[in-house]
Amino acid sequence: MVEVLKTGLYDTIQDLGRLGSQEFGVPISGVMDRYSAALANSILGNPSNAAVIESVVMGPHLKFKSNTVICVSGAEMNLTLNAKRLKTNVMYPVNTGDVLKFNKLSKGCRSYLAVFGGFQTEVQMGSRSMYKDVTRNYILNTGDVISILDSSETKIVSKRRNSKLFSSIKRDESHFEASELEVFRGPEFENLDSRQQNKLFNTAFLISKESNRMAYQFDQNIENSLKGMITSVVLPGTVQLTPSGKLIVLMRDCQITGGYPRILQLTENAVNKMAQKISGSNITFKGVI
Amino acid sequence: MDFELTYRRFSERSILVEWPQEINEDILEDMLFYKNSILNFSNKSIVQVNNAYCSMLIIYELTIDNLNDEFLSLKRHYLKRNITKKLRSKLFKIPVCYDDEFGLDLKVISEGKKIAISELIRQHTEPIYTVFFIGFLPGFLYLGGLNKGLHFPRKKSPRLQIKKGAVAIGGEQTGIYPNESPGGWNIIGNSPVDLFLPKKKEPCFAKPGDKIKFTPISRTEYQSIVLQIEQGVYAIESEVIDG
Repeated sequence: MVEVLKTGLYDTIQDLGRLGSQEFGVPISGVMDRYSAALANSILGNPSNAAVIESVVMGPHLKFKSNTVICVSGAEMNLTLNAKRLKTNVMYPVNTGDVLKFNKLSKGCRSYLAVFGGFQTEVQMGSRSMYKDVTRNYILNTGDVISILDSSETKIVSKRRNSKLFSSIKRDESHFEASELEVFRGPEFENLDSRQQNKLFNTAFLISKESNRMAYQFDQNIENSLKGMITSVVLPGTVQLTPSGKLIVLMRDCQITGGYPRILQLTENAVNKMAQKISGSNITFKGVI
Repeated sequence: MDFELTYRRFSERSILVEWPQEINEDILEDMLFYKNSILNFSNKSIVQVNNAYCSMLIIYELTIDNLNDEFLSLKRHYLKRNITKKLRSKLFKIPVCYDDEFGLDLKVISEGKKIAISELIRQHTEPIYTVFFIGFLPGFLYLGGLNKGLHFPRKKSPRLQIKKGAVAIGGEQTGIYPNESPGGWNIIGNSPVDLFLPKKKEPCFAKPGDKIKFTPISRTEYQSIVLQIEQGVYAIESEVIDG
């Protein structure tokens, strides 16, 4: 078990989401940055779909009530375990009573805490990812107690607690530092005139405060007179352009359909990179193929 | 009839297929035949097929290596779709209470359209609506078939909290809010039935291609249905339509 002593800004349980349930209008959800979450899980030897805690900008304080092994990847939040500093992307054994604290953010935006075997919360429609009206809660709350596997229940944990086998993997730092995001041209891209297309690829877009698991937005606009369209399909990474000129980059909790022109589509990797950008930072779009 | 379809890459792992851009049931039917053909006969590499009014997104498990091969394989599925057999669909009768207590915007629409509230209710309960797809919120049915006389613009500023079950009109569309949510549509009534039950194997009773008819109920009948749902003895009235 793990007890939430104090929540961060927005802590949720996430796995790779519920791809397959969109016919019921249910978003895919899942970890915002799949690269970092996969890294944390793989360092522990977990399957890639093991559930992790995703934290944004400010992480939680957690008390362990079981022995396990942990690994944190993604954003740097100056971790401490009982006041001792921990590194990201390294496997650590944790004992009953230990307190893990996420502190000041120094890099990226979202961190991922993986435990051995993944967090054992309720599975709804094939996934543990929290989402309103699908899972019982859509966010972690102070006082929540989350199930994990106990080392006394499994020999593998105790073996791994003493092993260097999965100790660390080198991380690609450009994942956090690069401001360039690779994109495909969207279905309605051609409806923009050449001046608008140029502006799209030559502007450093400033990420606005209204950015969350559903969508990212920017401070700059692209003036346009694009025709409205019949509601069509969208995906995480779809960039919509509203009549007022706002760009909306849909993220993991986005709806499955939308009626605004889809001018770009972020690559899988660009969605992961976007998830590590905080408001106030800049990004540019770079076309592929 | 074969439609002229366009195929394009949407992302590394998805292909967008588009029909002529209009909302009609012939396109919906063609799309559902195609969707079935893909889901029944394609290999495991396709993990999800999502449709909207006249477009379909095919999502693959892995990055598509050879796009042209995949286009070709999808086109074969289109030709193989089974159009001789009619789609089996269901007609669901959804009870709606149009009482003033629920119909917060009945008066606004009635005054704006210069029609009596009773006439508004008659026009809303008259048609058989078609489910095109489910989106916006889990369990939110996109319905086609709203009487032109009831088209009414969305509210300038959305309400922060709309009650679960609210039946509403937004522009040329009508729908039911499956759960409490913010929303900008005009509320005309409330339905006591559940539109989204995530614990069930089929979380939504309706699927694309099914039909919906609204049945007006009194405040007392509304209360009685709420009780029946709580006791687990309520079933939505439905009949099978065989094409």
